[in-house]
Amino acid sequence: MSERTPVPIGTAESAFDRRRRLFGVMFAWLCGAATLVGVAALVVLLVDVLIDGLPRLDVQLLTSFASRFPERAGVRAALAGSIWLLVLTAVISFPVSVAAAIYLEEYAPKGWITKVIQTNIANLAGVPSIVYGILGLALFVRAMGLDRSILSGALTLSLLVMPVIIMASQEAIRAVPPTIREAAYGLGATRWQVVSYQVLPMAFPGILTGTILALSRAVGETAPLILVGAVGFVAFTPRGIMDQFTVLPLQIYSWISRPQDEFRELAAAGIIVLLLLLLTMNAAAIILRNRALARR
Amino acid sequence: MATVYGIDLGGRGPALQARGLSVYYGEKHAVQNVDLEIPANQVVALIGPSGCGKSTLLRCFNRMNDLVKTARVDGTVDFHGQNLYASGIDPVEVRRRIGMVFQKPNPFPKSIYDNVAFGPRMNGLDGDLDATVEESLRRAALWDEVSDRLDDSAYALSGGQQQRLCIARTLAVKPEIVLMDEPASALDPIATQRIEELIYELKRDYTIVIVTHNMQQAARISDYTAFLYMGQLIEYGPTETIFTNPREKRTEDYVTGRFG
Amino acid sequence: MSSTVGPGVLAAKRSRRLKEGAIASVLFACAAASTLVTVGVVAALLGETIGFFREVSLVEFLTSTRWEPMFRDRHFGVLPLLSGSFLIAAGAGVIALPLGLLTAIFLSEYAGPRLRRTLKPVLEVLAGVPTVIYGYFALTFITPLLRVFLPETEIFNAAAASIVVGVMIIPTVSSLSEDALRAVPDSLREGAYGLGATKLEVSTRVVVPAALSGIIASFILGLSRAVGETMAVTIAAGNLPNLTLNPLESMQTMTAYIVQASLGDTPQGTIVYRTLFAVGMTLFLATLAMNILSQWVLAKFREEYR
Repeated sequence: MSERTPVPIGTAESAFDRRRRLFGVMFAWLCGAATLVGVAALVVLLVDVLIDGLPRLDVQLLTSFASRFPERAGVRAALAGSIWLLVLTAVISFPVSVAAAIYLEEYAPKGWITKVIQTNIANLAGVPSIVYGILGLALFVRAMGLDRSILSGALTLSLLVMPVIIMASQEAIRAVPPTIREAAYGLGATRWQVVSYQVLPMAFPGILTGTILALSRAVGETAPLILVGAVGFVAFTPRGIMDQFTVLPLQIYSWISRPQDEFRELAAAGIIVLLLLLLTMNAAAIILRNRALARR
Repeated sequence: MATVYGIDLGGRGPALQARGLSVYYGEKHAVQNVDLEIPANQVVALIGPSGCGKSTLLRCFNRMNDLVKTARVDGTVDFHGQNLYASGIDPVEVRRRIGMVFQKPNPFPKSIYDNVAFGPRMNGLDGDLDATVEESLRRAALWDEVSDRLDDSAYALSGGQQQRLCIARTLAVKPEIVLMDEPASALDPIATQRIEELIYELKRDYTIVIVTHNMQQAARISDYTAFLYMGQLIEYGPTETIFTNPREKRTEDYVTGRFG
Repeated sequence: MSSTVGPGVLAAKRSRRLKEGAIASVLFACAAASTLVTVGVVAALLGETIGFFREVSLVEFLTSTRWEPMFRDRHFGVLPLLSGSFLIAAGAGVIALPLGLLTAIFLSEYAGPRLRRTLKPVLEVLAGVPTVIYGYFALTFITPLLRVFLPETEIFNAAAASIVVGVMIIPTVSSLSEDALRAVPDSLREGAYGLGATKLEVSTRVVVPAALSGIIASFILGLSRAVGETMAVTIAAGNLPNLTLNPLESMQTMTAYIVQASLGDTPQGTIVYRTLFAVGMTLFLATLAMNILSQWVLAKFREEYR
C-alpha cells in the first residue's frame, strides 16, 4: 500500500463536515423544541383556564347547585357526586384488581389460561372509555335494573380502571426481589403467608400509586357516565348509592355546551375545582407512598 | 529516532503518542499518568488483569471516553503531531481516522452490505460504494463467505463472521489506526484463529492496538506489549522481551500466570 | 417426644391447606373476572347490534353516505362518522407522531438523567388532564386562534379537535417510543460512534431504524387513542355528520354521535337506541384491531433483541 501523507487532524474542516455539524446542532434543537411543545401546551392550557376561571372561583361556587342563572350556579352537587363516585369506585375496583394482580404474579401457572387473561387485560386497557359506557348502560342500568344511580356509574368506572390498576400492581409485585420470597419459603411459610407478610407490604407503595393514578383517570371521565345516565342538572347532593348524580366533568361539559359567555366562565371555574381535586389526589398519593416507604 | 523506554522502534515513526494520560471515572483514577508510544504499522497489545484500565486506555485513543458522562481525561495524545484532546478537535473526525472494533460483535440490524456501506455513506466518501464494500469485505477476509448474500441481515451471520463484518465496517471508513477491544473474547477458538490471522494481515496497512486478556493471543499476534496493572503502565516493550525476559517482577508474575 | 404426629396437628395442617386453596380460588376468580368483562362488552354490543341489523341492512350501514337516524327520513350510513373519526385522528397524528418521536429521541438520546426525570412527569400530566378540559381549551382558545388566521373556520371544526387530540396523545407516542429507543443496546450506538458518526447520525441512522417496530407500535396505539377519544372531539368538532375533507368544517365522530344520542331521550327498543350499539361496535372493532396490530408489531420488535 502506498504511503499515506500524514494529514494533521482538525486542520481543514471541509464544507461537508461543517454542514454535518450544523445539522447535528439543528437536530438537537429540533428535538428539544418538540419536547417543549408538549410542555408549552400544558402551560398555555392551564393559564387559559386560570385566566377564564379564577374571577368566578369563590365559596359560592362550591356551595351552590346547578342553576339556569349562571351567577347563581355552582358545583356543589357535582363535587359531591365526584367524591361519592371516587370512593365507591375505589372500594369496588381496588380489592378485585389487587387480587387479580396477586394471582397473575404469584399463583398463575404458566399456561394458555394465564396468557389469555393477561392478553385480555392488556386489550381492555385499550378499549375506549365510551365503550365501557355502553356496557354500563346495557348491563348495570338496564339488565340489572340499577337505573341511573351512583352505583351504576361506579361499577362502570370500576371496569374501566381495573385493567390499569391490575397492570400497575403487577409491576409493583414484580419489582419485589425474588430473594425475599425464597427466604420466606425457606422458613416454611405458605404461599399466602409469603404474599401477605412479605410481598404485599413491599409492593404496596407501587400499588397505591398506580391505583390513585387510575382513580384520577376515573375522576376525569365524562363519556361513560353520560351513557349510564349521569345528567348535567342535579339540584341535590346524593344521600345513597342509588341516587341520581352528576360529576364535575359532566357539569363542566354541560356548561361548555351553553353559548353564553357567563357559562364559559363557570366551566373554567369548574375546571379549576376539578384540577384541584386531581391535584389533591396526586399529592395524597405521593404522601402515602413516602409514608409507606419510610415505614419499610 | 523514536524510542520507547530505550527500545528502538525500527525507524517507524509513532502513530500515537500518549503523554501523562490519566482517566478519572468520578472519584476513581482508572488510568494513571501513562506515557505510551504506538509505532506505526505494528500490532501493540495491551494486557493486564481485568479492571486494570486497559480498555479505558484504548478508548482514550479515539475519544470514546467522551461518551461516558462521568469520565474525565487528562494529558495528551498526539496524532501526527496534533493533540487529540486539544480544544477545537472534533471527536467525530478523530473516530473516523482511528477506528474501533468492540468486544462483542455489534453489527447494525441492517443488511451485510448496508453495515459496510454505513461509514462511507455517512462520511460522504466519494467513489464507487460497491467497490469500497467489496474491498473492505475482502480485507476483512469475509468476502468469499458473503459475496452472494450481501442483502441478507447481518444477524444471520455467525458470531465470528459478525466480528469480521464489524472489522470490514471499520475498514470501509479508511482509518489509519484500528483499535480492538478484546475482539475475539466472545468467539470460539476457530473464529478466534481467523481473527488473529486477519490482524496479522491488516498490520501491513494499519496500525493496530488490541486489548486482550488472553496472554497467548498477545504473544502470538503482537509486536509490542504493554502490561498495565491497577491503572498504571508497568512495563512496555517488544512482545518477546515482555514474555521471556521482563524487567518487572509483576510483569513476570502475570505473564507466567501466577496471578490475574 | 414421640415422632408420630398427633391428630390435632393433622387437622391444623388440613385446615391450613383448605384455607390456602380457598384463597387461591378467590384470587383466580378475580383474575378471571377480567375476561368476563370482555365477554360482557362483546355480548352487550352484539345483542343490540344484531337487533339493529334486523332493521337496517349491513350494505346501507357501510355504503350510505348519510347518517340521519333521528330525522323522519332516516339514513344509517356510518361512513360520515367513520370518516370524521379517522380524519380527526389522522390530523392528530400529523401533530403527535413527529412531535412524539422527536420528544422520545430528545429524552432517550439527548437529555441527561436529571432533565429526563423532570420532563417525563410533566408529559405524563399532559396525558392525565381530563379530556373535557381539552375540549374547553379547543373551543375557547384554539378555535378563536384559528379564526384569526382562517376566518372561514366554523365554530365547531375538525382542525381544533385534531390539534388538542394531537397534544393529548403526544405522551402515548413519546413514552412508548422512548421505551423502544432505550431498548436499543448501547453497543450499537458505540459501533456507530466508532465509525465517526455524529450524534444526529447515531440517532437517526442507527437507533431509530433499530427501534422502528417499537416506534410504529407507539404510532398505532396513539392513533387508536385518538379514534376512541370522546369529549374533546364532541366539544370541539360538533355534531354534524359530514362527509368532507375540509378540516375547518364541523364533523361528527363515532364517539361524538354516541354522546349526542345518549344525551337525548333514547328509550330501549327504539332504533336510535340500537344505533348506539351498532356505532359502538364499529368503534370497538376499529380500536381493537389497531391495538392488536400494535401489540403484534411490538412482539416482533421484542423478538429482534432476544
